[in-house]
Formats: sequence, C-alpha cells, structure tokens
Amino acid sequence: MSARAMPRWADVTLVPLISLILAFGLSALVILAIGEDPVRATQLMVTGALGSSYGWGYTLYYTTNFLFTGLAVSIAFQARLFNIGGEGQAMLGGLGVAMVALFIPWPNWWLALIAAIAAAGLAGAAWAAIPAWLQARRGSHIVITTIMFNFIAFSLLNYILSHVLRPPTSMDPATARFDNTLRLPRLADVLEPLGIEFSRSGPANVTLFVALAACVLVWALLWRTRLGFEIRAFGESHPAAHYAGISGVKIVMVVMLISGALAGMMAVNSVMGGPQRLVMNAVEGAGFIGIAVALMGRSHPIGIIPAALLFGFLFQGGSELAIETRIPREMIVIIQALVIMFTGALDNMVRRPLEALFLAFRGRA
Amino acid sequence: MDIATLVQILDSTLRLATPLLFACLAGLVSERAGIFDIGLEGKLLIAAFFSAAYAHYSGSAWVGLGAGVLASVVFALLHGVASITFRGNQLISGVAINFLAAGMTVVVAQSWFRQGGRTPSLTGDARFQRLELPFAEALRDVPLVGQVYSQILSGHSILVYLGLAMVPTVWYVLYRTRFGLRLRAVGENPAAVDTAGVSVVGLRYIAVIIAGVLCGIGGAYLATSLSAGFVKDMSAGRGFIALAAMIFAKWRPWHALGAVLLFGMLEAVANRYPSLDLGFVVLPGQFMAALPYILTVVILAGFVGRAIPPRAGGAPYVKER
Repeated sequence: MSARAMPRWADVTLVPLISLILAFGLSALVILAIGEDPVRATQLMVTGALGSSYGWGYTLYYTTNFLFTGLAVSIAFQARLFNIGGEGQAMLGGLGVAMVALFIPWPNWWLALIAAIAAAGLAGAAWAAIPAWLQARRGSHIVITTIMFNFIAFSLLNYILSHVLRPPTSMDPATARFDNTLRLPRLADVLEPLGIEFSRSGPANVTLFVALAACVLVWALLWRTRLGFEIRAFGESHPAAHYAGISGVKIVMVVMLISGALAGMMAVNSVMGGPQRLVMNAVEGAGFIGIAVALMGRSHPIGIIPAALLFGFLFQGGSELAIETRIPREMIVIIQALVIMFTGALDNMVRRPLEALFLAFRGRA
Repeated sequence: MDIATLVQILDSTLRLATPLLFACLAGLVSERAGIFDIGLEGKLLIAAFFSAAYAHYSGSAWVGLGAGVLASVVFALLHGVASITFRGNQLISGVAINFLAAGMTVVVAQSWFRQGGRTPSLTGDARFQRLELPFAEALRDVPLVGQVYSQILSGHSILVYLGLAMVPTVWYVLYRTRFGLRLRAVGENPAAVDTAGVSVVGLRYIAVIIAGVLCGIGGAYLATSLSAGFVKDMSAGRGFIALAAMIFAKWRPWHALGAVLLFGMLEAVANRYPSLDLGFVVLPGQFMAALPYILTVVILAGFVGRAIPPRAGGAPYVKER
C-alpha cells in the first residue's frame, strides 16, 4: 500500500530527509537547553569537518568505517535480518588484520592490503557464523545472539590484547606497531600526483576506495545476481521464498556471513589505515553507527554512501565541537540515537502524513 | 577459600544482583505483554543519572529515586509511542533509546556539573543507607543461620529488599490476578484479548510503564546505593545482562531471581579474583565477564532447556479492518 500511496522518489528522499530534519531540530533544542548556540555549533562542525582538507582527511576516514558497517547492516536488512553485532564482528576483523600484519613479512603495502581484507573478512564472517547458524537451524533470535556476541568479542579481544599480543615492554592492552612497509597510502599520496593538494595529517586512505567498490559489488550482488534475487525475495516474504524453493537456511547463512565479513573489513581502515596497531577501542562504536547509516540509506548499497558521509561529517564535526565549545563529543551520540529513532522506529509517524498529503494531491489532480 | 571470603562474596552477590533483578523483571513484564525491550540498558542509565543529580540537589535519596523513575518512565513511554502507537520496529526503538541515554546523560551531566560527565559524589542522606535487619546484631554469633542472616541478608540498602519483594509481587500479579492473565495473553495472542473486549494498546502501555518504573528503581539503585553518584556509562552492560537473565529464566519471575543471583555472583567472584585459579585451569577475568553472555547463547541455542519467547513478542498489533 505504501508503495502506491507515494512515488518512489519521495520514499527514498523525502522520508529520510524529514526524519533527519526532525532529528537535527531536536538536537538543536538540546544544544539550546544546555546554553549553547546551535547555529554557531553547526558552523563549527561544518568548518571543522569540511572546511579544510585536514578536516576532510578525518571525515572521509570515518566515512570509510561507516560505509563498511552500514553495508553490513544493509545487506542483512535486505533479508529482513537485524545484525546488531557489527561491533563484535569488526573487533574480530581487527584481530584478523593484526595477525596478518604482525606475523607475515609483507614485501609491499598492496599485497598486505589484499591479505588484510581477506583476513578481516574471514574473521568477521566467522564471528557472524555462530549467530547465523543458531538463527537458521535453531531459531534463536539473531538480535539477542549478536548482542551477546558483541560482549563476548569484547572480552575475547581484551584477553588477547592484554595476555597474548601485548608486547612485554608495554602496559596498555594493544599490539605492537605494524611494520612501516604496511603503511597504506593516504589520500594525499593518491591526490598529489594528480596535482591536487591534500593535507597529509588526516588518516583517510586507500581503503576508502575499497569501501566504495564494496558498495558497488553489494549492489551488483543484490540486483544483478540470482543469489541477490533470492535474498530480496526472502526479505520480502519468508513463506513466498520458501514456496519458490529458496532455502531459508542458506539465505540466512550466506547473508550473515557476507554481513559479518563487511563489518570485519572495517578494521582494515581503522587498524591498518589509522593507528597502525590494534587497540581496544579500534571500532569506536562504528558497528552501531552502521545501523543509523543503513536506516538512513534505506538499506540500499548506494543510498548508504551519502548517509555514511553524513555520519563521517558528524563524527569529525563532533570532535571539533568538543574542542571549541562546552558541548561534549557525546552530542553526536544523541543525534545518532534520534536518527535511528526517526528513520527506524518512528518511520510511520513521518510516513503517514506524507502519504496522506500525496493522496490528497493526487485526488485533486 | 575461607568462610569470611565466602560471606563477602555472597554479600556482594546480593548487592550486584539487585540492579540486574529490577531490569530483568522490567524486561519480563514488558516482553510478557509482547513488547521486546532491548532498551533496558538505556533506561537504567538515564535513571542512574537523574537520580544522582536530584539526590545531589535535594540531599535526599528518595527525591533522587523519584527523579530516576520519572526519567525512566519517560523513556519507556517513548518506546511505547514508537512500538505501540506507531507500530515501529521495537528492536530499533530499543537501540535508539540506549544511545539516547548514553549521549543525553553525558551531555546534561557536563552542562550541569562540569565534571567530565559525572555528578558530584553523594554523601549522607543523598545515598540510601545500609539497613540493619531486626535482631541482626543479636544473631551474629549463631552458627550458619545467624551468619547468613546478619552478615549476608542484613545490612543492605532498602532497595535491595524492595527488589527481593518485587519477585513474589510480579509473580502474584502475573499469575494470580485477572490483569496478569490479560497481560500474558496479550503477549501470546493479542487478537483473543481484543475479541474479549480488552484494550491491547492499553495493556501494552501499562506493561511498558511498569517496565519503566522497575528500570528506574534499578538505575537509582546503581547511582545512589551501589555507587555514590553517576559516572559516564555506569550501567556498563547491566541492561544486557538482565536481558540475558530474563532469557535464562525463560520469562518467569522466580527463575529470574535465580538467574540474576547467578550472574551477580559471577560478577562478585570476578571482582574478588581478577583471575580464578581452579587448580587445573586458570580462568581469566575476561572469561568470567563473558560467561553470562555465553550461558545465554547456550540457552538460546536450545540444547539445554530451550527458551521460547512469548508468541506475539515484537509484533505490533493491527486490528482487522
């Protein structure tokens, strides 16, 4: 019914846009309530995140993380599965990257990058495999099991970092620094040969292109392959898919493995591209931001690109805000929560009046 | 391990199990009515902050408790509006509530107190004081019974006893009253309740509000009894452990008490022994921390006593037109 009440362009642009305006409006009220100026806050965020190539270097770095986790949540949503475990899968992905980077002497960065992508993907997929199998075979609710696996991953990572991978001379739970040959080229290294000047200090790196390629690949998988058709059919209606001979067990397993792999690959950026070592907080909540990104991007692999950029901007802008004003970094957690609330849970609140409006106009025409 | 250590561990088990108990019963009531609640964590956190803030301003732990419960109920109603009135996704709404609480508490705490997202330390009557049970002093030297009574059961904040009293209360309301029967029915087969002329929406809202009140008390306990004030992210995953306990208990109140005591004891042991030497194997603290979640996954997998949630859980009710 909803598809007919409103043209498709309105569904994919107006609904998220209005949700976003509502979320920003409420956030502005919060900023006002704590005695700060929302207009100045917005200006600071825009100049801090987008006003210089230094800011862009960080914004695009965060965007890369959110592209991966947003894709992970999106592909699961397409099969009507809610993978809330991106956080844990990305932590395991980090372990995969660290193993490859610490114990194999790579001759150059691009071989290491390919290996790291594979290791991160495998580790993330492995961490998603158990909840997936439990959902597919035992009917255990995947939301609950993936939440539990986030906590188990945290404990596992904590143990491995403090007892196994920590260099004996160091106190904090983190691995040693990776070899310098593994340093991924940053955006400045890519853009300078093209004659574009870019700040060298931002950590955005070639992984951004890997993430964008992943978006296109997932799009092609979903809309240009038989498996993608099966995934979307399963998401539309489990009984209909079953009736058409599509194996639900296979779809749940395959989708969750891909989803876990994508979440895991985020670690290539945040471990190899960023601090060059695995730390406890390598994921920084990106697994959860993936939920907001997927909801905003309407679970579409291309739609999530602007959504990931938006959250990259918020993440970087939020840190600038914390430096320049008395608004703490956690402000962006509120914005994130409101975006999830309006685009996810209160979708009908935004959609129903819009649908009524479109119907009224159509009635008149 | 000597007797004194054992007494100490059991004593802190009871203290650490209490916030889990409130949150677990909250989740139980809500889910029994068919509303999934993964926002327990957020409600605990927001209640912890507002109870600490108002206990600080007023100097009274009771005022703090009231503020905490109010804040938690507001969040519960938000969940209700999203998942009952607008028939949104209950899981997504829960996720949003958790983040809203995580962000809101720090932003407001920083604006009100400027201490890096915490409240000032609470002293005196701003905290719930230890309560000595009657005859606790006299029975102190009676072997076993007296020791258990005066050293483990006695000497906690009043909220611990309130929590213990909530277990039979929730059990009685759910299983021995008409309201409880309807509440359980609405989580299993809302259409039948609707046919009987009882409001599904009304019942579900009541369940969500009860969950809000219980989480509110649990959060207030965290900040005004267990600790002396609010610190950033102080709920530390307890809402999710409570969720695990609820599944572990298969949505039954007395079993919930057992589950939270077990998980509380795991935390107490982990606090006492950072790594536990069992003689043949040394369990690291991280393993103890992960154990509640591992146990829950095992229970969910259904190899040992399958956990089956209420049938209509998570699905918004749509009247036939």
